[in-house]
Amino acid sequence: MRKLLLVAGLVGGCAMAQAQDKLVLDGSTTVGPIAKAFAEYTMRQSPGVNITVSESGSGNGAKALLNGTCDIANLSRHLKDTERKAMEEKGVKPVSHVVAYDALPVIVHPSNKVKGLTIEQIRDIYTGKITNWKDVGGLDQSIVVISRDTNSGTFETFKELVLGKEAKICEGAEYAGSNGAVRQRVQMTNGAIGYAGLGFVDHSVKALEINGIAPCTTTVVDKTYPISRELFMFTNGEPKADSLVAKFIAISRTEKGREIVEEIGFVPVSEKK
Amino acid sequence: MNTGEHIILSAGEKTRRRIFGLVGRSFLFAVTSVAALAVLAIIFFIARDALPFFHEKGVAAFFFSKAWYPAQSPPQFGAAAIFAGSLLVTAAAVVLVVPPGVCAALCMSDILPFNVRQVLKPVIEMLAAIPSVAYGFFALVVLAPLLQNAGGRVLSVAWWVLALPMLALGSVVAADLLSSQRLSETSYRLVRGLLTFLFLALSLVLIVQTGNRLGALQISSGVNALNAAIILGVMALPTIVSVSEDALQAAGRELREGSYALGATRAETLVKVVVPAAISGIFSAILLGVMRALGETMVVWMASGNAAQIPKPWYNLLQPVRTLTATIAGDMGEADQMTGSAHYHVLFAMGLSLLIFSFFCNLAGEWIVARQRKRLRGG
Repeated sequence: MRKLLLVAGLVGGCAMAQAQDKLVLDGSTTVGPIAKAFAEYTMRQSPGVNITVSESGSGNGAKALLNGTCDIANLSRHLKDTERKAMEEKGVKPVSHVVAYDALPVIVHPSNKVKGLTIEQIRDIYTGKITNWKDVGGLDQSIVVISRDTNSGTFETFKELVLGKEAKICEGAEYAGSNGAVRQRVQMTNGAIGYAGLGFVDHSVKALEINGIAPCTTTVVDKTYPISRELFMFTNGEPKADSLVAKFIAISRTEKGREIVEEIGFVPVSEKK
Repeated sequence: MNTGEHIILSAGEKTRRRIFGLVGRSFLFAVTSVAALAVLAIIFFIARDALPFFHEKGVAAFFFSKAWYPAQSPPQFGAAAIFAGSLLVTAAAVVLVVPPGVCAALCMSDILPFNVRQVLKPVIEMLAAIPSVAYGFFALVVLAPLLQNAGGRVLSVAWWVLALPMLALGSVVAADLLSSQRLSETSYRLVRGLLTFLFLALSLVLIVQTGNRLGALQISSGVNALNAAIILGVMALPTIVSVSEDALQAAGRELREGSYALGATRAETLVKVVVPAAISGIFSAILLGVMRALGETMVVWMASGNAAQIPKPWYNLLQPVRTLTATIAGDMGEADQMTGSAHYHVLFAMGLSLLIFSFFCNLAGEWIVARQRKRLRGG
């Protein structure tokens, strides 16, 4: 009988350890690199821990949290009201944790003469009121408008911060499936304008000043750059103090975590909560 | 030796065998039905999720409005522009690829030496083995910048390379067909020579004119309907070439020999005898190509630009368009049953439309083949 109990205890213990040591993340392609770097760091620190990170878009991340197929949902935007409502109905309590800040630089081809635009000008370009670069101080060249697809948190943020609720993106706008694809399209196309996460913008494209302010770490932290956003990890309920989930999210506030975030190209959160 | 007892079965043995036969046959029937049932099940489940959309938003708004704003509040789901995009890309791919495809099939079956055909056909069929995402990557990274930076030149070179041999060949064949053999030998040669010259001159004018016009084009964005159509055309090419070539081969040697025996020239044999005999096969090849192009997702998602608009003018291939398949693939993540039900169901409505369209394509193909078979039998 004691033997049996011992075996049962062992099995139970193993099962618990397994549940503890496995972590599944899903969601935004923008937050994905951060989550992956955190996962690598955690797995190096404590071998035996198994973390999988999927990047299927913020919408899918919220869906995964709703359906209970992930422990942490990465979102590059706030939860939508419909999503919040669906979660309430299913008994899921979403708790948000800010892990980094991101800005959406508006990017153009390096050869473009335009140095900066105002938010209103960008809105007019995206809604199709301005169709030529000469109207905003550039060459006589038609503007190729490139957006992220409507499935992405990047799109939601851009829409919310730049276009506003009512405005509709002009029907000739191209939609690209990832941040990398937007950069690829912009760096190849002379008349293009696009937007992508701060971490994806390099010297192959030119980031515009918005209302005279260039996107960089300082302007994002002091919130003077207008198109910036928080990057979230959502959990179902507040994670227990020493659980893997809590530890994982807390990385973002450690020195190492802040280093990782900065290296990927985002702006880290402050150490204090 | 008397073998009678082995042949004549007892009554019990007879029933047993009959039952076994019945069981075996019904098992085979069930296995065969699986495919048909799978199709029916697919139609059922897609229709089940598509119909709520029509209930909620109405049929007219779906087919006739071109306001596609799924992320707006309230969202608008007019799919007219997306239908137009799918049709435009598919039609352009077919127009681009059918003439060279059918010509290639004719060349392989009737003109090129057998050895060359044996090498060429597998090579063309290999195009079908390339994964579509590789095609899409090529479209995005190679073809799109090429079209943007040197679009006009690239198009005019492509036009010359494709049109010159095809129109030259066409001129020779047309002249051959038009000159009557009832004339005397010398005047027949004269007429044929003159006609050939005339047609060649006309095609040259056409080629130079169109080439110049294409050469002057400026393409502002390389991901557009043309890019997608070119890649879809290349993807449909192996199907069209291979199936048409099979059909032309199936027309038979006797038919060709009979035609030559009656004094027909090679051009007459090809155009008036072989092609009509194989026309149903060529039609099914084209229909297969259409369905390949219509159903392709990855390439159009990467190469077409995904702008939900009807190009102005409608045949302007240089503007980005959005197709049904790319919309389904791209929007599925956002469109959840829980979060945005109309957005979820509209994608199924699109899937259902695609399904119905290819169903009718298939049906038309079957009908053409059946009619042709009847005609060939002399019915």
